[in-house]
Amino acid sequence: MAQTIKGQTGEWEIVIGMEVHAQVLSESKLFSGASTTFGKAPNHNVALVDAALPGMLPVLNEECVRQAVRSGLGIKAEINLYSVFDRKNYFYADLPQGYQISQLYHPIVGEGELTIDMEDGESRVIGIERIHLEQDAGKSIHDQDPHRSFIDLNRTGVALMEIVSKPDLRGGDEASAYMTKLRSILRYLGTCDGNMEQGSMRADVNVSVRPVGSTELGTRTETKNVNSVRFIRQTVEYEARRQVEVLESGGTVVQETRLYDPAKGETRSMRSKEEAHDYRYFPDPDLLPLQLDQAFVDAIAVDIPELPDEKRARFEADYGLSTYDAGVLVAEKETGDFFETVAKGRDAKLAANWVMGELFGALNKAGVELSHSPVSAEALGGLIEAIASDTISGRTAKDVFATMFETGKTADTIIDEQGLKQISDEGSIEAALDEIIAANPAQVEKAKENPKLKGWFVGQVMKATGGQANPGVVNKLINQKLG
Amino acid sequence: MSELNRLTIADARKGMAEGKFSSVELTQACVDAMQASTDLGAYITPTPDAALEAAAEADKKRASGDDGALLGIPLGIKDLFCTEGVQTTAASRILQGFKPTYESTVTSNLLRDGAVFMGKLNLDEFAMGSSNTTSYYGNVVNPWQSSDKPDMQLVPGGSSGGSASAVAARLCLGATGTDTGGSIRQPAAFCGITGLKPTYGRCSRWGVVAFASSLDQAGPMARSVEDCGIMLGSMAGYDPMDTTSVDTAVLDYTAELGAGVKGLKIGIPREYRVDGMPEEVEKLWMETADQLRDQGAEIVDISLPHTHSALPAYYIVAPAEASSNLARYDGVRYGYRADAPEGLPEFSSLEEMYATTRGEGFGSEVQRRIMIGAYVLSAGFYDAYYNKARRVRTLIARDFTEAFGQVDAILTPTTPSPAFGITEEPSGVEMYMNDVFTVPASMAGIPGISVPVGLSKDGLPLGVQLLGKPFEEVGLLRVAQAVEHAAGFNATPQLMA
Amino acid sequence: MSITRETVEQAARLARLTVAEEDKDRLAGELSAILGFVEQLDAINTDDVDPLTSVVGATARMRKDAVNAGDYPERVLANAPDRVTDFYAVPKVVE
Repeated sequence: MAQTIKGQTGEWEIVIGMEVHAQVLSESKLFSGASTTFGKAPNHNVALVDAALPGMLPVLNEECVRQAVRSGLGIKAEINLYSVFDRKNYFYADLPQGYQISQLYHPIVGEGELTIDMEDGESRVIGIERIHLEQDAGKSIHDQDPHRSFIDLNRTGVALMEIVSKPDLRGGDEASAYMTKLRSILRYLGTCDGNMEQGSMRADVNVSVRPVGSTELGTRTETKNVNSVRFIRQTVEYEARRQVEVLESGGTVVQETRLYDPAKGETRSMRSKEEAHDYRYFPDPDLLPLQLDQAFVDAIAVDIPELPDEKRARFEADYGLSTYDAGVLVAEKETGDFFETVAKGRDAKLAANWVMGELFGALNKAGVELSHSPVSAEALGGLIEAIASDTISGRTAKDVFATMFETGKTADTIIDEQGLKQISDEGSIEAALDEIIAANPAQVEKAKENPKLKGWFVGQVMKATGGQANPGVVNKLINQKLG
Repeated sequence: MSELNRLTIADARKGMAEGKFSSVELTQACVDAMQASTDLGAYITPTPDAALEAAAEADKKRASGDDGALLGIPLGIKDLFCTEGVQTTAASRILQGFKPTYESTVTSNLLRDGAVFMGKLNLDEFAMGSSNTTSYYGNVVNPWQSSDKPDMQLVPGGSSGGSASAVAARLCLGATGTDTGGSIRQPAAFCGITGLKPTYGRCSRWGVVAFASSLDQAGPMARSVEDCGIMLGSMAGYDPMDTTSVDTAVLDYTAELGAGVKGLKIGIPREYRVDGMPEEVEKLWMETADQLRDQGAEIVDISLPHTHSALPAYYIVAPAEASSNLARYDGVRYGYRADAPEGLPEFSSLEEMYATTRGEGFGSEVQRRIMIGAYVLSAGFYDAYYNKARRVRTLIARDFTEAFGQVDAILTPTTPSPAFGITEEPSGVEMYMNDVFTVPASMAGIPGISVPVGLSKDGLPLGVQLLGKPFEEVGLLRVAQAVEHAAGFNATPQLMA
Repeated sequence: MSITRETVEQAARLARLTVAEEDKDRLAGELSAILGFVEQLDAINTDDVDPLTSVVGATARMRKDAVNAGDYPERVLANAPDRVTDFYAVPKVVE
């Protein structure tokens, strides 16, 4: 459900569009052969082309083109077989060429869409305007010297996909759901690692407000480089409220660029650099137009993996999971794959509970990623089997799991080593129970009067069997014998 | 001083192959010539010691059986080509002291084939100009002098003025130039030598300081059509580092020399007859046509209707691209950086540093063109100017495609006049008219060559231009040599070394 | 179309050039002359003509995704007017 703001003069709708910059996963840069690895010493991942030395020329990286097409297919978009690279001209310290190679007039991917899942279970389709390829800029460091800034061009020229949504989002929740879903899709496709802290995915958030019922768009502001899903929500909420206050007090919203300050939880205007930029876009004469053939696109389409929405639908259908549970499990491709390995041929609901409950809990506590889980999917599957076959009780399983997590041993190994096999044999449990009943006639009478006191017998049987009696069987026999 | 520096490349190759003289002797002659002719201002960075070392190396290689196409031949290199470890300035203050850590593809090719580099030749700043009077490192002087005013220094043409002057004065046997709107052909005509602009995409632009990316093309300047063919064979080639270079085989461009023009059709475009063109220019043009007819060619009257729009379209497209290509010269990573204001440790802002550095680093013609370029690309004007010019360019290219359906080559004058005095040079738009005959071929990307055919009434060289089909430089040189042969131009400049 | 002093200032700002006060009017005149010259193109009908994207009739060639450049900081920093360790240093950027 879209969020609105109750202002003093009425209710306001929040309209949001987002431009997400996602770094393309590739070995080398968009137009040069320098490496894209993160964290190298300054100016080490810089080719002559990236440093914009005289006479240098760009050459297009095929894999970056594929990744853009792949992303486009992932959002069911039109792939533009013909596209052109344009120069966006402006001066900045981290822009050696004095222009950024981008695509304005003819982007490689056209209109597409993605579905966002809201917390209340609703889903909405959000339109995407286009995706284009462009160069990332370098980095400047301003706090090392009182009079100088330092420039590192390692990131200059890394391929970015700019994914532009239509202004279909309504509220901070939708904006953050959009980013989450987009990130998930790109990670599934392997076109971007979505690592927002490292800056490989960041959003420019365009926010405007209008009275509920109005169809005209209000003046929007753009808050740049928001690098977490949480900050996106906060940006929207702060900015929308700020704009409502401005408008309700008779002012007008200034169309401008802003930055989000996480420390203060506010957006602030970027100190304006003279007037608005005139980028003087024109087709880059060092590059020829890009003409792909359908075969190129088809070859990529064949390898598109199952995407989150399809996977979730399949999990609901094949494993009988709830939409919510399925949604949690497919958020990351890794998790979905892990779950499936655990669940295949086993009790899926049990598997889901264990993955989302015990496993996630243990991983979070230990600060370990799923990819480094000491309990493998097969091992967890083994534990699920042991529970489902009544070899151990649910309670014992928790202890077994903890040991599996610590030692990396399989469930069966631990069950054997510690002799944890549940006793389900009615005969031996009955024998133990009969002994206890015989030895405690007073308790028997009390229990017959107050059924709650049967629990004492359960405890005694458990003690007598070293905790290994099958609780279900114990309860059944106690009920039989004590009425 | 020996006169080995007056040999053509073809004769020099033969002489060395026959053991008549060594590359060291040949190079020494050029070094002597270069050092005796500094008044011409042809070189920005002479490299005589490196040249002699390279010559010695070439002699060694020859002795052990190597025979690169240009082995031991001393060439001058226009200071727009990045040469590793050797100052490359683009004739600008903004690149003063810049020593590239890489070698351009074209010069790498020449080195691969054994050429000896004499030094870096002067040019108009950033290749913008037709007179070589905009260089930060001084004007270049044409080694020809007018019989009417022998004391007046003449321009060599531009932008490859240093290359043309050096070749004409025999300071080297050949030189590289670049041609964007006529910068090889026009100075070749003014200096009485031969200059070839190959098809766009024939030679790699990697490592050539960019002026206008969709027009720039490297090419040879030498004293004969054959020499140009020899040099082109070395310079040309597809380069994967330059997306605009074309993957088509490098041919032997001298293969059809001497085959004559019998049966070929030569087009004379009526639009090249401009108002006010000096009689002697038209006369030589028509005489050349007659000579070709005498040799068996058919002379065909053709029309290239959009000829006169080429110059205005060029003066939109070229400055637009240049304004963007020159944005990288900002004092941050290489080249000139202005001094901080007096008494301050630094500029108060990066923006101030940019504006001061570029204001001081670029000459006025470059600044003018950058501003025009920025203006024609700016919001609201893009369609009216830049896009319009690109559409007109399509029409110009189409004119040639259609013409080449009827003829094999096109003959025009190269320039509307002979070389003029440095002090009497026209300014502004009038100066741009120097390129009126050369610009259309640049806009269409087709190859063009200027061949000297006669002298003006004041004894100054005049050239004619031949234009050919894309990637058919072999055929073009064949016709060019027929013209060269018939004209028999053998005059030499007064200031020849 | 005539270029005014203000236009000169705008173009200079876009291009990051410093133009001396005393030169602005002269430049306005020079640039106006150039524009006046190129405006003759208005007379040409280009209604059904596509803009020329490149004289090279081909389309973009792409290269394989492989690391084959970079990792040579000396080559890119060699000509730096102000170098601090492996950084380019510039006057403070005011954000």
